[in-house]
Amino acid sequence: MKYADEFRDSALAAGLAKAIAEQLDALGATEETPVRIMEVCGGHTHAIFRYGLADLLPKSIEFLHGPGCPVCVLPRSRVDDCLAIAMKPNVIFATFGDAMRVPGSKGSLLQAKGDGADVRMVYSPLDALTLARRNPDKEVVFFALGFETTMPSTALTVLKAREEGITNFSLLVNHITIIPTLRAILDDPEMRIDGFIGPGHVTMIIGTEPYGFIASEYKKPLVVAGFEPLDLLQSLHMVLKQKVEQRCEIENQYARVVPNTGNAVARKAVEQVYETREHCEWRGLGDIEQSGVQFNAAFAAYDAEKKFAIHNASVPDPAECRCGDVLKGLAKPWQCPAFGKACTPEIPLGALMVSSEGSCAAYYQYSAVHNEALEEARNAKAS
Amino acid sequence: MCLGVPGQIIAIDDPAKRIATVDVAGIRRKVDLSCIVDEDNPPESCLHAWVLVHVGFAMSRIDEAEAEATLKVLHEIGELAVEREAMLTSEVQ
Ligand code: SF4
Repeated sequence: MKYADEFRDSALAAGLAKAIAEQLDALGATEETPVRIMEVCGGHTHAIFRYGLADLLPKSIEFLHGPGCPVCVLPRSRVDDCLAIAMKPNVIFATFGDAMRVPGSKGSLLQAKGDGADVRMVYSPLDALTLARRNPDKEVVFFALGFETTMPSTALTVLKAREEGITNFSLLVNHITIIPTLRAILDDPEMRIDGFIGPGHVTMIIGTEPYGFIASEYKKPLVVAGFEPLDLLQSLHMVLKQKVEQRCEIENQYARVVPNTGNAVARKAVEQVYETREHCEWRGLGDIEQSGVQFNAAFAAYDAEKKFAIHNASVPDPAECRCGDVLKGLAKPWQCPAFGKACTPEIPLGALMVSSEGSCAAYYQYSAVHNEALEEARNAKAS
Repeated sequence: MCLGVPGQIIAIDDPAKRIATVDVAGIRRKVDLSCIVDEDNPPESCLHAWVLVHVGFAMSRIDEAEAEATLKVLHEIGELAVEREAMLTSEVQ
């Protein structure tokens, strides 16, 4: 793959890890007082585990796994809404595969499919539109979830539906935006973050400018990063370099894919179709103002919430879940009492255990960390 | 979920509808070019381009000059660290 192998060179990775270790020493970081860097995006969390980057680096750096995994922050109530629609007669409910196993208060979409609902896993919203074209006598509903990265694709699909006069097609929109959530995290008095690895593909759409406040108001460096192991190491090096030089700026390591100005064409499509949602619920984080979008009045005909009279009602998470603390980096997954017991990738209790980008699933799958909960869970499974 | 993968545009199927075929590590599928075309960059200009593909849409053209520049810096940091280590640990005694 173009520019994948080049960014996976292990000799170079070892060199970078050394350079990072020197920076950490220069900053006086220790295992007890580590430099704490939040990688915002779930794709980065996954890459850090998959490539074992934490093992390559000294203990004087700590990764905080941020909220940037749309599946992980999907609230139970929203899954309930999906089920309410999917169970209706004459409906084909289409979704990205990631959302299939997220538990709601009455089960997941996968379980609904087992119970006879017509739930289809699609790769693209355009595939859902194709389903609508091929099944004119059915109502096809696509579950539009995801950050800014995914919004242009659903907006353009709706524009296409309108152009073709397709009316048996609608979207249940759960698009969320990262900026208000970053601000909420920065305002949380319990949080201690020294810098950020910024989300590459979100920035490809919104550009680097919206992060400006993180440097100017909160005095934290942020480096937008690519997804290969060397991308992450280089970005970390850039964040630490800023720390050493006592700068805080927004920098872009992933310039081969992310122009600093983002993608204006994509943003225009989003602005045409969506407007800001006043309140948006995030699993574990609760309500964050203006952190999502909904259809504007001109596109109300494509709004599944209106078409199927859905009135989202919040439902609390199971009591033992510590998803919120894990999402904010205040607790490690194994500190959750449910980890590996009531909550496993096979039978997840929280959404962080579902997606491969979720930190609980990543710890469960990859972590060589020796801790009792994990060992216990693995042994219990083996026996 | 926000995953994007690099692929190469190998055919422009319908310039008016901005539909092309992309090859992602040997898998071919239709991809929508709407986000990477404008008046100055018509669909035809995308042929053979490397793009970042996300849920059926080409979201960005991969900039080869930027990629090379990033790799150059990477090599400098990585190799310098190894050099320095060699100097510091050189066993001359
Ligand atoms: S182990 Fe399960 S319940 Fe606990 S924080 Fe992780 S996802 Fe949530």
